Formats: sequence, C-alpha cells, structure tokens
Amino acid sequence: MVFSMCLAVPVRVIALLGQDWVDAEIGGVVSRVSSVMIDNVSLGDYLIVHAGFAITRLDVVEAEKTLVLFAEIAAHLQRAEHALHPRVS
Amino acid sequence: MRYIRGFRDGDVAASLAQLIRAEVDPARDYHLMEFCGGHTHAIFRYGVEDLLPRNLRLVHGPGCPVCVLAMPRLNAAIDLALEPDVTFVSYGDMLRVPASRGRSLLKARAQGADVRMVYSALETLDIAETHPDRQIVFFAIGFETTTPATAHLILEAHRRGLRNLSVYCNHVVTPAAIQSILDSPGENDSPQVRIDGFIGPSHVSAVIGSAPYEAFAQSYGKPVVIAGFEPLDVMQAVYMLVQQINDGRACIENQFTRGVSREGNSKAQALVAEVFELRPSFEWRGLGELAHSAMRIRAAYEDHDAESRFDMKEAPVRENAACQCPSIIRGMKKPVDCTIFGTLCTPRSPIGSCMVSSEGVCAAYYKYGRTKTALALAADGRGLSA
Repeated sequence: MVFSMCLAVPVRVIALLGQDWVDAEIGGVVSRVSSVMIDNVSLGDYLIVHAGFAITRLDVVEAEKTLVLFAEIAAHLQRAEHALHPRVS
Repeated sequence: MRYIRGFRDGDVAASLAQLIRAEVDPARDYHLMEFCGGHTHAIFRYGVEDLLPRNLRLVHGPGCPVCVLAMPRLNAAIDLALEPDVTFVSYGDMLRVPASRGRSLLKARAQGADVRMVYSALETLDIAETHPDRQIVFFAIGFETTTPATAHLILEAHRRGLRNLSVYCNHVVTPAAIQSILDSPGENDSPQVRIDGFIGPSHVSAVIGSAPYEAFAQSYGKPVVIAGFEPLDVMQAVYMLVQQINDGRACIENQFTRGVSREGNSKAQALVAEVFELRPSFEWRGLGELAHSAMRIRAAYEDHDAESRFDMKEAPVRENAACQCPSIIRGMKKPVDCTIFGTLCTPRSPIGSCMVSSEGVCAAYYKYGRTKTALALAADGRGLSA
C-alpha cells in the first residue's frame, strides 16, 4: 500500500463503535477509524481521514456550495463560448 | 465518492483554466509556491501545469515530511532499530529513505532488525501489549496532520501503563518552514527564490486553522490561499491568488471551506498541547537549523520519550555531493537540474529523499513528468530552473 503522509480522503461513517472508534466507508471499502479528535460524530457524517484518524468533519454544505460554484463557472463559460462561436446547424 | 470525483471534473478544469488565462496579466509573471507535497502530486498527476499560462510558474515547496528529515536523525533511528531488544515501528514512507553509507530501515530489517510498518500510530499499542519483553519505539514524523495522532498514542500508552513503548519524535511545524523560505537570503550562485503567493496546505490547516498564516500576509505581504488536494481545488486557489496579486492584496483566503476553519480543530490542538512543546531549534534537511520549528515530548511524558530512554547519537553527516535535494526542497532548483535525477537516482534505488517519498518533488517528476523530452521541457520553459 502506498502511504502518503498528508493525503487524506473523505469517508462516510456507517457504524459508531463507541470509545472514539467508528467504521467508515468509501467506494465499498470499510475501514476502522479513530474519531478521538471529532466531537459528536453521527451516522452518515463525512470525515476526512488521515493515517487512521479523522482530522476534521467534511462540511457537506460547504462542499456542495463549491460544487455549485464550479458548475456555474463551467455553464457560464460554455454559454459565452457558444455566443462567440454560434453553431450552424 | 461525490466529494472526490466532483473535484476532478475535466470540463470544470477547462473552464477554470479559461478564467485563469483571462485574469492573468500577460505583462508580468507569477510565482506561486505550493507548500505541500500533496499539492505537488495533484498538480503532476492531473497535468494542472499544462493548463496554466506560461507566465505562471508553480514553485514546489518543502511540505514533504520524509524529505525534510535531517540525515543525522535518520541515522540515529536506524542505529536504534538495530538494537537487539528494540522493535522499531514506522510509517511505510520512511522505510526506504537512504541514510549514510547506503543504509535504510528496510536494509536494517534485512539484517535482522525488527522493523514494522504501520498505517496508524495506534497499531503500536497492540505491538507493545503483545511484546511486553521488548522495547517498542514509534518513529514519529510529519507535520501538524500526524502530530495529534502521536499525542494520542503517547496518552494511551501512559494510561495503559505501557512502559515499554516510547516515541522518537520528529514532528515539525509548517509556519516555521514557510517563514524560513521567506527569510532565506538565497545561495551564492542563485538569488532568493521568488514567491508572489502561497497555496496553503489543506490538511495541516484542518488541524491548525488558517489563523497561523496571517503573519505572512501582514509582515511579508504574501497572499496565502488554503486549498484542497483535488485538481479543481488547486486551480481555484491559483485563480484566487492571481486575483489577489493583481489587486495588490495580501490576505489569507480559504478555498477549502469544506474542511478548514480559522480556528482549526481544537480537540487535536489540545492533544498536541498536552503532550508536546516547541524545541528551541531543530535541523531540517535543506533548510538547516530553524528556531521553534519542531516539537518535543514534555517532561511529564518523558517515560515515553525515546530520546531520554536511549542513548541516541546524532553524528554530523556529509550529503551526497551530487544530490540536489536541499536546493529542490527550498524551491531553488527543479529535479531536472540535478545530474543524477532519473539516472543514478530513481524511485527503485533513490539517492535523495525527494525521490523516495510518494510526496517528494523528484518522485512526482519521475512518475509523471519524465516522458517529456528535454526539447519539450526547454520549449515549455518550465522544466528548467526558473
């Protein structure tokens, strides 16, 4: 397994095991994660996990805002491009 | 997977590239340093550089914990691992890092040393409980992302009364390294590395928050944008930096709002404060001795400090004269400026630390960039030193 020191992935909590341990899933892979650094973890939360520890909760509202912004940028520029190069059909 | 794939979309990348091209002033150039090795790899893996205008250069920074570990500390670790009653526990990245006289932890293991690789620091607890007759030493390295994990390990060992578990602490702090680059006077043969702004690390910042970077904006007039590790995150951060530079602003902005707050993770910070304190000074590979740049274990947990338990000697060493890692770590040279890059020094048999770590700049160039021919690199102007 390739280990990268500062890389971390967002995983979804699927089971609360007590004593600051959770099971978390991404793409069908389940791993046991220490949640000792996170307050009040709930089922369905997304955590950013690094070397077996959740280092922060992934803020789903903020993630969606960023994705909406990306979609708007792409749509806006595509419209601008079509205005410059109208399709002849 | 939505929160990974969504940040790798090719159409959005093309649009962001268009935005950046429109914002960039063709009459000047831009030098942006990505501090973290995680960003370096995202940039190479997804070909982000090829989407950016020619007058915008990305300078690769020292944020690779394996790369900045000083050779005398690594030598001391290998000496300790070779002690017959020691079981030495390490993250996988460290095993192949070359030390003096061609030694490494992996070679020490081949010689009979008990060296174990773990994914999580907490696995060390099980090893210590299973082998009460042996000395278990955890090789703690990394920036602020891994420091709280080590703190938790020490607290748990203390609570469980695991007297045979100790930690060789090499944790370093990010702001000190950024400061050292900004203060660097430059080498004799090359001027100070020019940096107009920083792409700040995301996961380090998830722990420490964005506040510690504010001094760089205030005192040095350098903007910092904290960015996530996916390619679209990096591109949005580049766009935000270009906007700040064009406006003459130097602020701390946060692109990675889904994971980073101004305050950071207070629980993680409390763990670190309980167990660690700043060292007066610490040697970094490539950056030299830096004041208040690393952590040591507090006296209250001295029982778990390998440096007080064992007689660890740090003898001065001479680096391989051909290896350019120290200059590459500071962003002053690129891997292709090094005569042994890709020939004598490869990921299979690395000479310098930048080639070993999966986050090292040389490893990224080798894995993703070496197929570019010398001619293409010259035409590009990017493969050569800036």
